[in-house]
Amino acid sequence: MNPHLSDSPTKRDHQQSPQFIPASPTTRLQAENLTKTFILHTQGSMELPVLEAVSLAVDVGECVALSGPSGSGKSTFMRSLYANYRIDSGAIWVKHQDHWVDLSALEPHELLSVRKHTLGYVSQFLRVIPRVPAIEVAAEPLEELGVDAETASEKIKHLFQRLNLLERLWYLSPTTFSGGEKQRVNIARAFAVDYPIMLLDEPTSALDATNREVVMQLIEERKAQGCAMVGIFHDDEVRQRVCDRHLSFTGCLKS
Amino acid sequence: MMIRSLLTVDNLSKYYGDLCACDRISFSLYPGQVLGIIGESGSGKSTLLKAIAGQLPIEDGELIYFDRSDTQINLRTLPEPRRRKLMKTEWGFVQQNPRDGLRMRVTAGANIGERLLDVGQRHYGNIRAEALDWLNEVEIPGDRIDHFPSTFSGGMQQRLQLARILVTRPRLVLMDEPTGGLDVSVQARLLDLMRSLVRTLNLSVILVTHDIGVVRLLAHRLMVMQNGQVVESGLTDQVLDDPHHPYTQQLVNATLVP
Repeated sequence: MNPHLSDSPTKRDHQQSPQFIPASPTTRLQAENLTKTFILHTQGSMELPVLEAVSLAVDVGECVALSGPSGSGKSTFMRSLYANYRIDSGAIWVKHQDHWVDLSALEPHELLSVRKHTLGYVSQFLRVIPRVPAIEVAAEPLEELGVDAETASEKIKHLFQRLNLLERLWYLSPTTFSGGEKQRVNIARAFAVDYPIMLLDEPTSALDATNREVVMQLIEERKAQGCAMVGIFHDDEVRQRVCDRHLSFTGCLKS
Repeated sequence: MMIRSLLTVDNLSKYYGDLCACDRISFSLYPGQVLGIIGESGSGKSTLLKAIAGQLPIEDGELIYFDRSDTQINLRTLPEPRRRKLMKTEWGFVQQNPRDGLRMRVTAGANIGERLLDVGQRHYGNIRAEALDWLNEVEIPGDRIDHFPSTFSGGMQQRLQLARILVTRPRLVLMDEPTGGLDVSVQARLLDLMRSLVRTLNLSVILVTHDIGVVRLLAHRLMVMQNGQVVESGLTDQVLDDPHHPYTQQLVNATLVP
């Protein structure tokens, strides 16, 4: 194990590889040969190979579903696209402010900038901050982009209304919210920003039919605006309606 | 994407006799960024913080800081009077025990005002008004301004310490276990306050703690230390959701709600 993993300022400078060729001029996200094995040191260094050379290119205005049984690696792939999980090899090319960057080679502050401006992520669960009201939780990404508090709050109120989140909940901390209420706060938080690329991890898992419909409409609107999307949808109706194609995970990798 | 780092630590090493407390530590801290350092007792994380603050001499390495006027400063060769001035005007150090960071024999208002006197303010009325503003900012009732910190609860003392440090508008704040020794409910309030202050004041912070919940809430980035070495680093969510090093995995697995 290399003891000097810290990000020395001179370590990497190959953000823009001359060899990279996007699949098409309208490609926004291109994952190339993502490979990932988990090594569980606390369990006898057991090795779990999860991804082996998985590739995917996503175009402007396109939504790609990741499909496959539980444990087949689709969540790992999705988290890798956000650089939440760190891949062992491969490259994740993202068009960020007119430049192609490889997420797996970026310094932490650069990655934060890509996430802030370019790459949105709707996680299944909302990470609740004690004492911070729902409306502020949802407005945070907008405010970090420099949008003034009032404009941000108006935008969130509009989304909360569309998502039928009761007004009396807006100014409460989501700590005590139900799963569906938390999920709607999370969706408002991500859809408030016009990310060019969005990753959706089961965005409708805790929603009733009415709100599922709203989320499908939000996804369709965003696609029409050119957002490139990748999603995991366990709901067949949602997947069939919003997704243009799918990437199958077979889960056949064995250790 | 070209942003200049605020502080660059390059191959910093610190020995206690033969024992290597910090082994060639390198990182760059950027404006508005909170860097968490976790590790168990004796991992070298507090030594590293003290070394950065200039409270301990180091054996090897460079510490480069860009000040408010964008001048590059080599902290290792900076003369002591200039270093002290920098600490007062641009840096803040939050001690784990508020008794080490506060003056217990002067009032809450004087604890805040003293730092303003240090940076040259002389108008009593302004100083008192600003002290009152800061008490309010850290959620201490204004009518406690003339009370001694010894009459405050632990959580209030810690919030007073924050006010004392933030009143001079530092750019870089070093924190050593700021929530250690506080009740969980008191901790939550302090964390929430720190989180909002970091955001509104655009502070850069180096935060040493052994509490994974604290870094999850506050830190953008994380370094994991063990036996004086950085064994893993990355964005906080990367390190906690996908820990690679055996020690980090052990740490994350041992946490009830990571």
